[in-house]
Amino acid sequence: MKTLRFNRAAAIVLRQFYLMRGSPARLLPLFVWVAIDIVLWGFITKYLNSIAAPGFNFAYTLLGAVLLWDFFGRVMLGVTTAFLEDVWSRNFINIFATPLSISEYVTGLVMTSISTSLIGLAVMMALAMLVFGLSFFVYGLMLIPFLLVLFLFGIALGVFASAVVLRLGPASEWLVWPVPALLSPFVGVFYPLSTLPSWMRVVAHILPPSYVFEGMRTIVLGGRFSGITLLWGGCLAVLYIMLAGGYFVHVYRYAARTGLLARYSAESAS
Amino acid sequence: MNKVLSVEALHKYYGAKPAVAGISFEVGRNEIVGLLGPNGAGKTTTINMILGVLQPTTGTIRIEGRDLATDRSRALACTNFTAVYATLPGNLTVYQNLRILGMIYDVKQLSSRIEELLVQFDLKAFRNVKCGLLSSGEQTRVQLAKALLNRPHLLLLDEPTASLDPSAARDIRATIREFTVRDSVGVLWTSHNMYEVQDVCDRALFLSHGKILLEGDPKTLPREHGKVSLEELFITVAREPLTLGAG
Repeated sequence: MKTLRFNRAAAIVLRQFYLMRGSPARLLPLFVWVAIDIVLWGFITKYLNSIAAPGFNFAYTLLGAVLLWDFFGRVMLGVTTAFLEDVWSRNFINIFATPLSISEYVTGLVMTSISTSLIGLAVMMALAMLVFGLSFFVYGLMLIPFLLVLFLFGIALGVFASAVVLRLGPASEWLVWPVPALLSPFVGVFYPLSTLPSWMRVVAHILPPSYVFEGMRTIVLGGRFSGITLLWGGCLAVLYIMLAGGYFVHVYRYAARTGLLARYSAESAS
Repeated sequence: MNKVLSVEALHKYYGAKPAVAGISFEVGRNEIVGLLGPNGAGKTTTINMILGVLQPTTGTIRIEGRDLATDRSRALACTNFTAVYATLPGNLTVYQNLRILGMIYDVKQLSSRIEELLVQFDLKAFRNVKCGLLSSGEQTRVQLAKALLNRPHLLLLDEPTASLDPSAARDIRATIREFTVRDSVGVLWTSHNMYEVQDVCDRALFLSHGKILLEGDPKTLPREHGKVSLEELFITVAREPLTLGAG
């Protein structure tokens, strides 16, 4: 039975901490882009509230949705960016020719993402509450499972995206940056899933964030939202984490077998 | 157990092309073994397989008796390396790099171990300097400090003095020799400097086309094969390996 050594995973987190501490270029993106999103959508909701019929606050559906979606994006990119640091500094041999196991390495990436995404979340919540008057009490305790499902799926997607970069080479990082934007039309961040054509709804039902945004809208509009439905989204997210972890291990073994790991900058083993 | 490293019938094929074709050798405690051969002979492929970053097609690698394929973490915990193609991240300082890798290797009393190595390799002045700002000689010293961080039982050195001036190279050789004897370490050393190999290695393995062609004491090997120097023997291995294989 292989045991996971916390100290080794913590070393991966420490590496990111050292990098961020001395680099505004790494530190600012943790909260600047999400803060700009909140400001932009904050004003849009203010404007919509001023022209729409009184009684409905767009902040709860639009601004809340942007906040949740940006949190998901930060979680995913938190994992991927931490992995890319090893790509950019050609550090694979130094990292993988050590006792560090794959599970310890991936745990380190996830721990990094937890800390970086929480910074982004805190900044977004503070801005949304203090500047645009978004009250999170509207969502009630469901806010916690909403965030949890998005967090789990963000981790799954981050690990999967890292595996894709490991498999296809450094240039493929450009494939992973737009992944959240690619998913957003399917998961109904700003509109009900019923708006989508049927084939898109099928895709939506296998994506955990769809359950979060449907649930959020249902609660805001005063309907009843079943926790069981969200649980299904959570189960899907856990399944995706397992699949993404399995895929990362599969790609790592492929890279070690073909020589890609030792000659990564060549982008292919042949 | 006297053997730190035991390699048996190691093969690595890329498609149908063999990079390493069935080599077997051992490295004992207090022993420095030179792995020699022309470019493309299979030296780095062999070292990458021992480091676990390249999976052999067939064959076994045991470090301190532990099979690398099934007990990777424990086998690599007592191993370390330096290689010109694996420089430490240039965006971290000397101390930060040593700290992170020390945690990964579970080094006990890490802070004092780092300070000890900074003194040993004359790196105190560069403690808080980013590795990317160091000269190649200074980077080599940092890599050697990193390689000794976990007091390894097996040390893999891929051209460790390639970017050092002769004086610094001599000091580094002396340090590694001292460490080898003091801590009962086994060292696998690749170099294209035949003077260095004769000076430092107890035994040399000549690799050609993925096979071990010759093996023996680097001081007596040239004479045994009718050559004046190790360099002349090396050139023969590189250009006319069949004449040696037949002999």
